[in-house]
Amino acid sequence: MNKVIASADEAIRGIEDNAVLGLGGFGLCGIPENSIDALIRKGVKGLTCISNNAGVDDFGIGLMLQTRQVRKMISSYVGENAEFERQLLSGELLVDLIPQGTLATRLMAAGYGMPAIYTPAGVGTEVAEGKEVRNFNGKDYLLEHAFDIDYSIVKAWKGDTQGNLIFRMTSRNFNPLIAMAGKITIAEVEELVPAGELDPDHIHLPGIYVSRIFKGSNYQKRIEQRTVRTA
Amino acid sequence: MLDKNGIAKRIAREVKDGMYVNLGIGIPTLVANFILEGVNVVLQSENGLLGIGPFPLAGDEDPDLINAGKQTITTVPGSAFFDSALSFGMIRAGKVDLTILGAMEVSENGDIANWKIPGKMVKGMGGAMDLVASARNIIVAMQHVNKAGESKLLPTCSLPLTGLRCVKKIVTELAVLDVLPEGGFRLLERAPGISVDEIRNATAGKLIIEGEIPEMVL
Repeated sequence: MNKVIASADEAIRGIEDNAVLGLGGFGLCGIPENSIDALIRKGVKGLTCISNNAGVDDFGIGLMLQTRQVRKMISSYVGENAEFERQLLSGELLVDLIPQGTLATRLMAAGYGMPAIYTPAGVGTEVAEGKEVRNFNGKDYLLEHAFDIDYSIVKAWKGDTQGNLIFRMTSRNFNPLIAMAGKITIAEVEELVPAGELDPDHIHLPGIYVSRIFKGSNYQKRIEQRTVRTA
Repeated sequence: MLDKNGIAKRIAREVKDGMYVNLGIGIPTLVANFILEGVNVVLQSENGLLGIGPFPLAGDEDPDLINAGKQTITTVPGSAFFDSALSFGMIRAGKVDLTILGAMEVSENGDIANWKIPGKMVKGMGGAMDLVASARNIIVAMQHVNKAGESKLLPTCSLPLTGLRCVKKIVTELAVLDVLPEGGFRLLERAPGISVDEIRNATAGKLIIEGEIPEMVL
């Protein structure tokens, strides 16, 4: 079995207008930079993007907002992105804001083959509008459905030809969950090795969840908030 | 009257040895700088880390290592990384002992609003709704009044809610207050140089004052 694809442009083949995409990352940490560039080159429009954040004005998913390729964002936090806020407030962009843990768990549910989950997050708020509320052991919970994603796109540190993935530090974040939730999952990695080189005990996401893998290049890995201490 | 660091310093006294603690963005992040000597705690970052360390030295920043505020950080010995589902799993399961976060409004029954001003500002709730729905103990760090001079401690919240009946304690530039289960803000301590009357004037919700109110120890 070999899931290796030559390039980002080839990896995103089949993604058409109006597709539902899942994109890994938290802020600009662990985002699939190469695939986002390829989506912009391809020019697909009307996309629904499920991603915790929407990048910043000039990087990450923010670039796809500038090119008006995104019709709907499903995210938990969109601060630090002026263009996003402008498109949201003007109604050009459809936005579902949902709690971060709900986002993570709805992805997990998809990857675990569960249609829905119950969570207390959002009970009594506008997030709960139109949702089933059920009481367990004296506490209210909302019924939240698993995501249905056409293409998931993630970034990992290391991967092998079978699609097994290892993430680095906090760039893991949503990546394994997004990867689990896609009908087709594309992984870009900094280091791509032959099957057998990664210790099976160290795999964070088994390759069964990954359809295509390629070695990315020219990673910028931008830092959103550079904070340092003095010695 | 306390500045932001003063609020953080007072909240740090609520952090006890052995706790797992989640710190929100803003003043709550500063609490880490004032945790008392001999108090060992593990700081949780909801993007997937237990064991947040100090900011890195210049030149040691790593773009793969950030906190929930997207700031570059380090780890402490004994830290662990995990994905976002596990992160909110441990939060939902009540494993995090204390959550400290900011707020735009808190009501006298402990409701909190901190994610949206309709028509003006939408940043999103991030992990706040998950945290306030599940944390065993929630302390709010905020200014007592907003920029327009209006109280943020209200009979009921006017902004879209983040969670219901969840805030246990509030520390502001003026005071420390408990939110009582039966409703009402019970005044516990005054900030240095602040009178009970000043706190009363800045509090729109039901304020409960019993006996002498001591000045806070920092």
